[in-house]
Amino acid sequence: MKNFYLDFEKPISDIVDKIEALKIASEDDPKLIPEIEKLKSKEKNLRKRIFSKLSIWQKVQIARHPQRPHTKDYIDLIFSNFVELHGDRQYADDAAIIGGIGDIDNKSFMIIGHEKGRETEEKVKRNFGMPHPEGYRKAKRLMLLAERFSLPIISFIDTAGAYPGIEGEERGQSEAIASNLALMSKLKTQILVFITGEGGSGGALGIGVGDHYSILEHATYSVASPEACSSIIWRTAEKAASAAEAMKVSAQELIKIGIVDEIISEPNGGAHRNYSKTARAIKSSILENIAKFKAIDMDKLLEMRYQKLLKIG
Amino acid sequence: MNWLTRLIPSIGKSKETASKSKIPDGVWNNCPSCEAILYQPELEKAMFVCPKCGYHLRIGARKRISIFIDKDTFKEFGEEYTTKNPLKFKDLKSYDQRIKEAVNSTGENEALVTGMGKLNDLQVVVAAFEFRFMGGSMGGIVGTKFVEAVDFAIKENLPLICFSTSGGARMQESMISLMQMAKTSAALERLKKSSLPYFSVMIDPIFGGVSASLAMLGDINIAEPGALVGFAGRRVIEDTVRVELPDDFQKAEFLLEHGAIDMIVHRTELRATISDLISKLHKNQDNAVV
Ligand SMILES: [Zn+2]
Repeated sequence: MKNFYLDFEKPISDIVDKIEALKIASEDDPKLIPEIEKLKSKEKNLRKRIFSKLSIWQKVQIARHPQRPHTKDYIDLIFSNFVELHGDRQYADDAAIIGGIGDIDNKSFMIIGHEKGRETEEKVKRNFGMPHPEGYRKAKRLMLLAERFSLPIISFIDTAGAYPGIEGEERGQSEAIASNLALMSKLKTQILVFITGEGGSGGALGIGVGDHYSILEHATYSVASPEACSSIIWRTAEKAASAAEAMKVSAQELIKIGIVDEIISEPNGGAHRNYSKTARAIKSSILENIAKFKAIDMDKLLEMRYQKLLKIG
Repeated sequence: MNWLTRLIPSIGKSKETASKSKIPDGVWNNCPSCEAILYQPELEKAMFVCPKCGYHLRIGARKRISIFIDKDTFKEFGEEYTTKNPLKFKDLKSYDQRIKEAVNSTGENEALVTGMGKLNDLQVVVAAFEFRFMGGSMGGIVGTKFVEAVDFAIKENLPLICFSTSGGARMQESMISLMQMAKTSAALERLKKSSLPYFSVMIDPIFGGVSASLAMLGDINIAEPGALVGFAGRRVIEDTVRVELPDDFQKAEFLLEHGAIDMIVHRTELRATISDLISKLHKNQDNAVV
């Protein structure tokens, strides 16, 4: 896939284009090779500079970057032998939430995450990662399965929100989310939550209550999408950037107010420039935290999970 | 404006008719639905249900509790709790300013009133949302007050009744607000584990974060006639799916038909219905509270 660059990433892409051009030219003229090296290091520094001082609105755009790794990518890169499990057994299989069992070092995990899809056809199939009630009910079924077989749950959050549609209301979108919140608060297995892209509203939280909350460096999490907040508070969709600032959506703000426990660093230039490095960082957080939480007696763990919620607000 | 509102300017300004509103006793009011002219003391006696068309007028949290609980038995919890501005949120106005205005206009410190009282001589814990306080939205203090009411019910072995009416999450507290959904749901899970019943009474309107947490989690879900309850608001759905929605969409009758609630109960029947259900649920229990 050709690299996609956001406006503020443009200076990076300009240098990358030059490097590509010089590479071709250098096949005839080896004297150009040092120039390529110079540009490469310039590009790296530029990337570092741009990404070290992203505005909150730029972070929102990075969190939604079309090439940002998705749950499916993390599953492929972190777990082996993944077996996807489908359906809520009541109505349908919602592809906006992906779930199944995968292994790390011969230990099995239940993985549940939003999946936005990559190409147009897949995006439509996955409803752009915006679940219907059956998505939350599939997740609930898998959580209960995980509890029975002592599989730790790894949850990946990446959604603009639950889908606001007619059928969703008819089938009880509110109930589906609410009952997952209640269930996750007492589920007898370790739950690690990773906010990897954009986390928006109850649609994100519906699979996102757990023992430990990690967020990627450029991911965001808020009560509503900046656009929705803008139209509710400012009565116009034009103030999304101000809304994002005001809601303190960035990882760096969220850790200050105690919403997340850990920020996972992204590779220079963002997760979308190096999938495997990002996945390795998540994997090491999984291993470290599972070891930590497995050592805690289950009743105590549930009490800690509850106390963590109580101290917010 | 009709002839009467022109004559008496205090009429027709607001749907609100609760005790703390500015309308003095003895004035006329008109039904927001059928526009029938209603005499305030009569309306009060009818629990603010229009005697002409049955429309359930919006009432404040305190009025709600006073018509539900036995006279003079209500003891409030956490009335001193006030909300700060944890995110230093500012839009056109600062959040502090909005809170101040809400406190002044409602006389409440937050959008939830909680306490205990008697229902036909049986001790119960009640919570009621104040919609006039920033749309009944749920911030950190609302969540905390709700959880403390749940804790009290568990400690004293009492049933819990919550009257929800809320626009949902409170934008100005962003993630702190969102996490109240998990916090209140987790607390209710503990109540259920103690085999105490939770009655969720849905009052027009409930959306978003309150709908997708404590309001939907009743052991018994009851809606007042005509109450609008949903996850996403009508306008958001219409903008998304580009279809005009039917009139009854997300109304109590729609909820009943789609299995989201147990029953629709007229305001004047709520006391009798809930006290009967409490006694039915507890009849065979060893730790019976009745
Ligand atoms: Zn009427």
